[in-house]
Amino acid sequence: MIEVKGVYFSYQSGVEALKGVSLTIKDGEFVAIMGQNGAGKTTLVKHFNGLLKPTKGQVLVDGVDTTKVSIAKLSKDVGFVFQNPDSQLFSETVEDEIAFALKNFGYEPEVIEKRITWALNLLNLTQYRKTSPFMLSGGERKRVALASILAWDPKTLILDEPTIGQDYEQKEKLRQFVMQMRTQQKTIIAVTHDVEFVAECNPRVMLMREGKVIADGEATKILTDPETLTQASIVPPQIAQIFLELPSLNLPKNIIDVYEAERTLKRALEKQEK
Amino acid sequence: MPIIETRNLTYTYPGATKPSISGASIKIEQGEFTLITGPSGCGKTTLCRCFNGLIPHFYQGEMTGDITVADKKITEHPIYELAKHVGLVFQNPENQLFALSVEKDVAFGLENLGVPRGEMREKVDWALKLTGMYDLRERPPHELSGGQQQRVAIASVLAMQPKIIVLDEPTSFLDPLSAKKIFEVIHELNRNLDITVVLVEHRLDLTAKYTDHIIIMQDGKIMLDGDPHQVLQSEEARLVGVGIPKATRLYQMLKHEGIRLGDTVPLSSEDMAKLLKEALRTP
Repeated sequence: MIEVKGVYFSYQSGVEALKGVSLTIKDGEFVAIMGQNGAGKTTLVKHFNGLLKPTKGQVLVDGVDTTKVSIAKLSKDVGFVFQNPDSQLFSETVEDEIAFALKNFGYEPEVIEKRITWALNLLNLTQYRKTSPFMLSGGERKRVALASILAWDPKTLILDEPTIGQDYEQKEKLRQFVMQMRTQQKTIIAVTHDVEFVAECNPRVMLMREGKVIADGEATKILTDPETLTQASIVPPQIAQIFLELPSLNLPKNIIDVYEAERTLKRALEKQEK
Repeated sequence: MPIIETRNLTYTYPGATKPSISGASIKIEQGEFTLITGPSGCGKTTLCRCFNGLIPHFYQGEMTGDITVADKKITEHPIYELAKHVGLVFQNPENQLFALSVEKDVAFGLENLGVPRGEMREKVDWALKLTGMYDLRERPPHELSGGQQQRVAIASVLAMQPKIIVLDEPTSFLDPLSAKKIFEVIHELNRNLDITVVLVEHRLDLTAKYTDHIIIMQDGKIMLDGDPHQVLQSEEARLVGVGIPKATRLYQMLKHEGIRLGDTVPLSSEDMAKLLKEALRTP
């Protein structure tokens, strides 16, 4: 469980990036954090694995204050996958990249071998095992970065803009992967601009603006509230927009999923015919 | 005569074992808004690099077939000459901006061409106003938001008054509202100034409605090429695995259930809402 209590954070430049954030994320939850560029989303999630410590207030991970424990210890439980894979990758082969943290955590060679095979397979990277990460495409490098964190099986995964540069098929695989992680009771926290991806995953959504959380709730509720979304510089997903443009037709308003939209419209259109 | 035309274009990067583009024949007309999409690695960025001569002049490699841009065979003209006609905007504006003020960044290309001072001032101001960046012209680019930076990048390209603007996933780092504003700016430039726009993009939900021509690539080949309404409703588009707009998907799903909402396939939520309003109007 992650508890954030009245957290303020200022960078050394004096920029106040968080201005009083309080929230709780329970084990096994899937949370999408959305908002304008510079709203403080990445700053906030960097507090969850101790990369940043609050200037004021407190962050507790499983009851432990992040200021009282090392990043190395925290990151074993909370894995952070960066937005830009190049800020994370440095090894000569994909295999070495994944092995690096596992070695640091002191796992036995047989365990490391098993974990590497497992992570490569999961992210469809087995064929690149001996390849240099820098020979791969941006989307593939992103998957290597994710694999290297998954390999040590952290309880919580933080994904910073996981869908950037991913094509339709990779995005769909990422969605399936996230859903699979959820069945294993992993906590997933994604910072993202990708409304369509969020609408498909249907997580709990938090909107941030200027260092504060301005909305927090189910995706169906938050992503269908255009006024609040605009404050966070977010546009409703396309399905929600369709229903928002039909206010006089007496249709439900909280629809973000294409299948639910189809069922609802089919009923309405068939009723019309009678 | 098309402003961009390729005939049986095949290109292999130096050291690569197979071509990144193979046998591509396309025509893009003056004033069109063309979207090029397809799975990662399909060759769309490579194709765009041919439009301003970066391929083959800078990247080298092996090229066969023909490519003509603005009446010029690109193999016969240097990049700096092609750059006057074709402006390129990249994914990450930070890679493109470097000057100490917005206006200096926008003026850079013109300075290099030796444009006289007065004319340069005019063109820079014109480009800054069109992109809504005039009031911020004295600010350092690195202090701006991602969306503002991308507008500066577009303004620097515009100042050269190119006939063609090529944008490679220009909004992937931006929040949705900033992304929407960028696409609106590009759409206005296309409509009002008749600039030919070539956009490379995965996210068709955001962009399909602006286009009048869609090209879908796969494994270096042109798989589909034509009117967006036709292309996006085709079975082939689904099989290639491009993210068909949700409004288009919804229309198709309802059609599959035997519900027809008119003959024009919607590309946006506005289109779809209009069809539904007509269908659900109380008699």
